[in-house]
Amino acid sequence: MLLMCRSLGKIYRTRNGVTTALKDVSLSVGEQEFVCIVGPSGCGKTTLLKLIAGLLEPTSGRIIFGAGEKNGRLRSAMVFQEHGLFPWMTVLGNVAFGLEMQGISQHECRDRAHDFIEKVGLGFFTHSYPHELSVGMCQRVGIARAFVADSQILLMDEPVGSLDTQTRLVLQEELLRIWVEHRKSIIYVTHDIEEAIWLGDQVLVMTGRPGQIREEIQIPLRRPRNPLNSNRQEISEIKWHIWKILEEEVRKSLCIPT
Amino acid sequence: MAYLEDTRRGSTKEPLHTDLKERLLLGWWLPTMTVVVILIVWEWLVRSGELSALFFPAPSMIVQAFVRLLTSGKLITEVRITLMRALLGLVLGGISGMVLGLLMGWSQKLRILVDPFIAAAHPIPKIAILPLILIIFGIGETSKVIVIAVAAFFPMLINTMAGVRNIHPIHFDVAKNYGASLRKTFSRVIVPGSLPLVLTGLRLAFNAVLLLTIAVELVVAQKGLGRMIWFAWETMRTEELYVGLIVTAALGIGFNFVLHSIAKRLIPWRRTQIE
Repeated sequence: MLLMCRSLGKIYRTRNGVTTALKDVSLSVGEQEFVCIVGPSGCGKTTLLKLIAGLLEPTSGRIIFGAGEKNGRLRSAMVFQEHGLFPWMTVLGNVAFGLEMQGISQHECRDRAHDFIEKVGLGFFTHSYPHELSVGMCQRVGIARAFVADSQILLMDEPVGSLDTQTRLVLQEELLRIWVEHRKSIIYVTHDIEEAIWLGDQVLVMTGRPGQIREEIQIPLRRPRNPLNSNRQEISEIKWHIWKILEEEVRKSLCIPT
Repeated sequence: MAYLEDTRRGSTKEPLHTDLKERLLLGWWLPTMTVVVILIVWEWLVRSGELSALFFPAPSMIVQAFVRLLTSGKLITEVRITLMRALLGLVLGGISGMVLGLLMGWSQKLRILVDPFIAAAHPIPKIAILPLILIIFGIGETSKVIVIAVAAFFPMLINTMAGVRNIHPIHFDVAKNYGASLRKTFSRVIVPGSLPLVLTGLRLAFNAVLLLTIAVELVVAQKGLGRMIWFAWETMRTEELYVGLIVTAALGIGFNFVLHSIAKRLIPWRRTQIE
């Protein structure tokens, strides 16, 4: 076991009183496991990732790390939905950033970053700035930066959420390809049910605010997965099941009676 | 996708050709011709006696005065003195404004602590504190440079602070997530992230500095461009007054030009920031 969350809660204090973003969330992530989290918008998915990343402190509960922890903290690398890249650094500078912060020599940083930039197919753009790239390319840079930093766990906050459907499909495949090569634990937040099933070993379905884990679903599909020759019947059953839960949650959050 | 657009434009020659022609016409020929025509009309009006040479000396008279002042070495001395004061003030006030701006942008506590003083002092026209500075430091170079530095301080401080506060919070999250130390966060996020607005601050600071330098020289200096302009008024040498104004304008334009090319090199990720 790499990471365990025990009844995490997070309460935000705002001018209009308190908002409970997360309530009693427990989950566990194994070594090399791909965990997807789906939930209605505003259910605290991003908050959960930020808690695990150490960017926020939980109001209650705790996060327990298994082997490989460092100073009671897991080395994590987060991929943001957008604005994650530093606009003032080139692709190379951005990808090397995580390594640079670990105090690795500049020469080695460059070499390792170069390798990964080639791996995501952006070799031609090594010295370009983010504003010269498309959104899809930027997300690939963000993914390369997370993988190259050699963290124990990657935290992805809807990394392909802002892309068009075709680009998204291709990027998902790319992500799986890199993940198969460099097995890491991944927590992947999305609102797309199909994406969650197709990527994850395990799908956690969250409720609306306050966010809670409603159900844990194991995805029995074998890898390598292919959306064309996998068992459609099985997938559509899981999809229907998750949708029924989410529909109820979304209706609740919109105050629409079922 | 600026990259692809560029290559596409390069491959089609016809539009580029007409585009270039049009740009040359609008960006170069037309403005130049306008200025030349105005100068010719001006010259003609003065020579024909329609315009008083006392108020509006003909361009040729201004050029003559310019050459006379240049060859006698007077003009160069005055410009050097003015520039020294301006740049010394810009460096002193600019650097302290930038440092305090970075710190205030970063630390909310410091911002809350210092902000009332800034808010109170900023609206004072800086020339108004000259008498106070003169009482404290006497009539010397020190007083002049201090007032000029104060003028540079505020635009630099306010823009630098805005520059830091404009950095997207996600960039701080990324730095923290990858374990950046305070020092690294400062050098890799805060400094480059605020740079576009720091350069805007520098430009505004120079404009303020030029204004204040001339103003201070009008009031208390024995030398410098401002003094030269004042002296030209006292002796009714209007053409020398115009030389002083034109040279001052040239200093402003020259500095903005230098700053523009510095900005292009320093912030390649935001070409459009400084216009």
